[in-house]
Amino acid sequence: MIIQNFLAHIGRYFHLLGTAIARPEKVSMYYKETMRQMNDIGVGSFIIVALIAVFIGAVTAIQFAYQLQDSFVPRYYIGYIVRDTTIIELAPTITCLVLAGKVGSNMAAEIGGMRQKEHIDAMEIMGVNTAAYLILPKVIGALIVIPMLVAIAAFVSILGGYLSTVPVGLISHSEYELGVRSYFIPYNITLMFIKSVVFAFILTTVPCYQGYYVKGGSVELGKASTNAVVFSDILILLFDYLIAMVFT
Amino acid sequence: MIKTENLVKSFGETTVLKNITTEFYPGKTNLIIGRSGAGKTVLLKLLVGLHKPTEGKVFYDKVDFFGLDSKAMRNVRMKVGMLFQASALFDSLSVEENVRFPLDMFTNMTPKEKAMRVGYCLERVSLEGVNTKFPSETSGGMQKRIGIARAIVLDPKYLFCDEPNSGLDPKTALVIDELIKSITEELNITTVINTHDMNSVMEIGDNIILLYQGEIAWRGSKDQVLTSDNDLLQDFIFASPFLQRLRDQALAKGA
Repeated sequence: MIIQNFLAHIGRYFHLLGTAIARPEKVSMYYKETMRQMNDIGVGSFIIVALIAVFIGAVTAIQFAYQLQDSFVPRYYIGYIVRDTTIIELAPTITCLVLAGKVGSNMAAEIGGMRQKEHIDAMEIMGVNTAAYLILPKVIGALIVIPMLVAIAAFVSILGGYLSTVPVGLISHSEYELGVRSYFIPYNITLMFIKSVVFAFILTTVPCYQGYYVKGGSVELGKASTNAVVFSDILILLFDYLIAMVFT
Repeated sequence: MIKTENLVKSFGETTVLKNITTEFYPGKTNLIIGRSGAGKTVLLKLLVGLHKPTEGKVFYDKVDFFGLDSKAMRNVRMKVGMLFQASALFDSLSVEENVRFPLDMFTNMTPKEKAMRVGYCLERVSLEGVNTKFPSETSGGMQKRIGIARAIVLDPKYLFCDEPNSGLDPKTALVIDELIKSITEELNITTVINTHDMNSVMEIGDNIILLYQGEIAWRGSKDQVLTSDNDLLQDFIFASPFLQRLRDQALAKGA
């Protein structure tokens, strides 16, 4: 029964995606909606993403400095470790986990609310492909904006590492700079963007799916919103592992 | 004209509609009446394609609606306007943007042409000077009228109204009824109304079907309601003792 249910959800999810990827009825309407989504996701999440990123960088740097105490490992490694852990793992994964909570729950609630208030039915009857109009701009907006947010998060995180170690004398400016510049592998940036694109797709499509098929009242809407975040987070972590396996 | 043929709808083991064969005529207000749970809303949702029938067919001017692919179905739907029970206006859009939405989505009209069309539709439903307001800033009756304006903005051939008078006072309900009736006649559209409002039945019921436990129990017009000897109809229309007394007085006068 559980497997049957799971397979039914998978089938319905891909069917919804198939319906959503369609030629827009009116490109200008989709463009307008995509711009709105980019603004909501990008500008709306900038502060929280930057705030989290700066603390992640700061904590990583301080804790690594603590681990290096009384060791022979050069201290400039702090900058190197902060840079690589941030770019490869922390910036894309933590940012997207946070966005799954903030943006994903919002999307599930928005679409679910529209379903409950018959807005989706009203659009369907007008002849609008609701799966496309409600989901496609969100996915496109997220695929454009989330990699940008992740890149900003990586930069801010490295800055956070600097601010937590250099001014308090744990490491000098030149040591941190040397660390950040050492052993740089440009492919890691590609990896960061691969992760951010895959995670962006997950954290928009899963909540949209949860919201689109919501049934019942406010309790069910709350559950759909929670499920959207939980399933997005699980899938992000699963795909983080798979990408690490395949690409590194 | 809309025609249904042996329409059956089941949800799991429960059959909600059984062999519904009927016609809804253009230029007339076609009413679906019946008690709660009789299957009115399911029938309306079947007619507009929000549900798929378990068996049977729906024809829009001889076109088998459920035989169409999704693109052709959407083309038919562009000729359909619908007024929802709770109006289903988009909360984040102003009144003008709500009415303009179908024009933005499906036409290549210039902003000026759209403004004129929206203005005409709002004027047609006697709503002026509310363009910039949001649905939450308007009354229930106004929301129904905005819903009607949005439903007719693309010049539909078919208009569906789900409980258009629910939640309205009798006076406002009458205004909405008259509005729907006059638009139906003026535009010669096929209007299907799902209602259990007795005033609507007696005022605008050109073609009425009574649903009882998922089947058509009676069909006729408002003129035949008083004189019908169908027990189910009489039981439904004159449910209260007050209405029964009125009917008896009316019949006595007629006699």
